[in-house]
Amino acid sequence: MGIVSPGFQGRPRSSAPDLPPGQYLTEDFPVLSAGPTPRVSLDTWEFVLTGETGAEYRWSWDELMGLPQDTPTVDLHCVTRWSKLGTTWQGVSLDTLLDGVDTGARYALAHSYGGYTTNLPLDDLRGGRAWVVHTYDGGPLPAEHGGPARLLVPHLYLWKSAKWVHGIRLLADDRPGFWETAGYHDYGDPWREQRYQGD
Amino acid sequence: MTAQAQGRRVAPLMWRVARLVERRIETPTAQTLVLDVPGWPGQLPGQHVDLRLTAEDGYQAARSYSLAGPADGERIEVTVQRVPDGEVSPYLTDTYAEGDPLEVRGPVGGWFVWRTDDTAPVLLVGGGSGVVPLMAMIRARRAAGSRTPFRLVYSVRTPDDVIYADELRRRARDDQGLDVAYVYTRSAPEGWRGEPHRIGLADVNSHGWPPDLEPLCYVCGPTGFVETVADLLVGLGHPTRRVRTERFGPTG
Repeated sequence: MGIVSPGFQGRPRSSAPDLPPGQYLTEDFPVLSAGPTPRVSLDTWEFVLTGETGAEYRWSWDELMGLPQDTPTVDLHCVTRWSKLGTTWQGVSLDTLLDGVDTGARYALAHSYGGYTTNLPLDDLRGGRAWVVHTYDGGPLPAEHGGPARLLVPHLYLWKSAKWVHGIRLLADDRPGFWETAGYHDYGDPWREQRYQGD
Repeated sequence: MTAQAQGRRVAPLMWRVARLVERRIETPTAQTLVLDVPGWPGQLPGQHVDLRLTAEDGYQAARSYSLAGPADGERIEVTVQRVPDGEVSPYLTDTYAEGDPLEVRGPVGGWFVWRTDDTAPVLLVGGGSGVVPLMAMIRARRAAGSRTPFRLVYSVRTPDDVIYADELRRRARDDQGLDVAYVYTRSAPEGWRGEPHRIGLADVNSHGWPPDLEPLCYVCGPTGFVETVADLLVGLGHPTRRVRTERFGPTG
């Protein structure tokens, strides 16, 4: 327990749903990104998986839409401390995209239109826990929330769910991404409150 | 977009006990809290901190706040905008008293920062309390005796909502190479030319820098404001890697 600030009461405890430590509930969908919102045309959009040996697997927009689609309903936890529950998405599971990709890699570095990167263990992209999503709440994913398509890895802090995702590089060794290089955690588990390096 | 290569921090960022030493009323809804933080390691202008409050029963709430000034020994300043139904900000503005403790962790953030040895012209565009980290850069520029050309475009609802109003007036007069322009969205002061309006192309174009000077642009404010300004800057020809943004959600 931290040191008590006299007179601080906080919100009524009973109304609080089960959230990761240090998070609070929001009904809005706040935006966090480090630069201008990239605008990506669907005509030229593609998703590229690059194996650790350099082999590439590419999908156009139409090809992505032609793959089996999932409709996950998930909770979001942002490192800026808001959580949003029960969000609905549509997209393609990374299990589907990784199916047939022969790799011994243990890590992945997602990269985005606009230059953003974020790292995560490859295992966290498997097992029905990660998607490339293009639809939010029944409509096309707005650009400020990462459209036309973003990564969705809801069991990690939301910065791992790279907006405007362009591809994923499979790597033998972990390589820190954009926020991770700036001091944020390499893994980012909200339930263990892994916000910053060393947490 | 790549973060500066820098040493990777591996030791956990620790929570430190801070105490209020001074409170300044900035506007009817914004206050600056000066905190004494023994052991504070210093910060870069633009970085933020996490503040944590603990209630008698152990319940905790934490929020992120931008630091309002450059490093000043073990003193830090945050400016808190009171959110009426917020959990943390009304406590900080209404109840938290001189000498009272809270906990601080930081500094955090290595991207939305300005380094005093960077000589590229700087454009700062702030909406509402988004001016806070920009003010830290203006103060750091002054403290370092930097000659780097700075321009601040500050969008506020009314003249009463200008945070740091007196100091900005003084600095615009005394700090060579600093220009300050205002955009009023609801009501303008007497004698101000033009009608109240939301920030637009003309404001960014006439008060900013042309792209061929390769300025660094920092944009901070509510999401809609930042989206608008960042899009305008890119439309004017600024490379996206020269436009750094920080968006405020509702943080209460």
